[in-house]
Amino acid sequence: MSKILVFTEFQSTSSQAVSLKRGSQELLQFAASTGRTVVALALGSQAGGAFEQLAHHGAQEVLLCKDPAYDAYNSELFAAAVAEAIQKTGATLVLASASSSGKDLFPRVAAKIGAGVVSDGTEITVSEEDVKVKKPLYSGKCFVTAKFENAPVKMVLMRANQLPVAAADTTKTASTTEVAFAKPSLKTLVKQIVKGAAEKLDLTEANIVVSGGRGLKEAGNFKMLEDLAAVLGATVGASRAVVDAGWVGHSMQVGQTGKTVAPTLYIAVGISGAIQHLAGMSGSKVIVAINSDANAPIFQKATYGIVGDAFEIVPKLTEEFKKLLHH
Amino acid sequence: MKIFVCLKQVPDTETKIKILPDRSGIDPAGIKWVMNPYDEHAVEEAVKFKEKNPTAQVWALTLGPKQRAVESLRTALAMGADEAIVINSSENLDAFITAKALANVISTEGPAHLIFSGKLSIDANQSSVPQMVAEFLSIPHTTVVSKFETNPENTTVERDVEGGAKEVIQMVNPSLIAANKGLNLPRYASLPGIMKAKKKTIKEVEFTSLGIAATEQKVRYSGFTLPPEKPAVRLLTGDAASQVAQLISCLRDEAKVV
Repeated sequence: MSKILVFTEFQSTSSQAVSLKRGSQELLQFAASTGRTVVALALGSQAGGAFEQLAHHGAQEVLLCKDPAYDAYNSELFAAAVAEAIQKTGATLVLASASSSGKDLFPRVAAKIGAGVVSDGTEITVSEEDVKVKKPLYSGKCFVTAKFENAPVKMVLMRANQLPVAAADTTKTASTTEVAFAKPSLKTLVKQIVKGAAEKLDLTEANIVVSGGRGLKEAGNFKMLEDLAAVLGATVGASRAVVDAGWVGHSMQVGQTGKTVAPTLYIAVGISGAIQHLAGMSGSKVIVAINSDANAPIFQKATYGIVGDAFEIVPKLTEEFKKLLHH
Repeated sequence: MKIFVCLKQVPDTETKIKILPDRSGIDPAGIKWVMNPYDEHAVEEAVKFKEKNPTAQVWALTLGPKQRAVESLRTALAMGADEAIVINSSENLDAFITAKALANVISTEGPAHLIFSGKLSIDANQSSVPQMVAEFLSIPHTTVVSKFETNPENTTVERDVEGGAKEVIQMVNPSLIAANKGLNLPRYASLPGIMKAKKKTIKEVEFTSLGIAATEQKVRYSGFTLPPEKPAVRLLTGDAASQVAQLISCLRDEAKVV
């Protein structure tokens, strides 16, 4: 059976240690579970010090390119490298996380080599040469099974936090090949990367999300959610109403015209639950709704609900979690 | 100088999606169709460019069943686009074949100096067509763009990535820009704009005339389902202290998520 190629991504944590992103861990472990040979592609100098982690999560072969030209994502440069890696390995299934880079990259590669691409997968089934992907449409208002046809190469972008991750097996090793990919003449130049104010996990990757809506009454009251999020290690999100009101930036918007999230725990504070917001978060495993209006639609999606005053509940919750989690 | 805007007509975000009994698709009955919200930002940016560059002509382009798809083109015309083309096709085309058709028409009608689109359509959630159009036309692209500046040779954009970070990217023109929400505030069409758009002839191209083989379709959707029903909410009662204590116990001992 042909190989599975996984486009992997690394992150630098605050301690400067480079670690394999959770989404990449999920994909390598999933790929290994299919019984097919798993090849990890790692681009950029930071992979040079951390590529052993690829084997720990299930890669049997590693294509490593430590060239610093790949340190920042560049669509044309990366598309050429991935296309060449697919050709070199003969892989017929290519996986990446539905990350900023993955989502930008895979369609361009697919157009280049005539592959099929499915984005935002939440479940994937691989049998022999057949691949099926479950994915949301309308940000989760419905789901479909995507099947490939006329696609010798099948490319799948999976959402983070959808597949289980077991502890790394540090005894495993992979056969690693250092490679140099042909570089096209580039019409795209990455001039600068401006870091975000908070180096937190993105909403789409966060395990816990604390979101606020109009019930918070004014922008300054988001501080209350930030405090709770800090205690829980969560990322703060928001409803469209408060983004449109300019209280917070649009990168924080959860919903059909914002980000679709599926964390383990979603806490909605003062969010009534417009249909387009519910579409963006109803895939969350556990949903807590805190709202003063008992008839708010958010309670139809919630696992646990508190009808009450957020200004009273949230600080108490923060205080109690602080006692419990930080001892 | 031609500026193209690729746009799509999608169900309004307020739409409650219903599934056909044979699960082959969504029930179109009662759906209000609108221009994809991210594409409104693309039209706005193209029209803003035209206002600063009087020699520019904005061409709005869409693919879909022409009976309804033209409505979104009329919206684009009312916002300030000069010309509009609909590629008349069935609704079941995937990103690959859609991008091929768009690129094909842009090549014929072009050359394009700039191409704008939304970063994704809120129906299929693929985020694929813009990158594919750029690849088929061998031009650079940037997706998720929240800031745009251009001169005759180059375009410089900001791209939103994870955690609120931004990449500043320079592309050689012609280039394709896929808009994120923060790029601008789309204008409302003016009444004279709407009247003018109604009278405008929209050019029609039959998908079947483009010579794209049906075997170019790479992905097909089936088995449409609604998300599983959630069990009824457990409401936690009592005073605030008691509600908080119950919630913590639920999250830690029962759901085991904290």
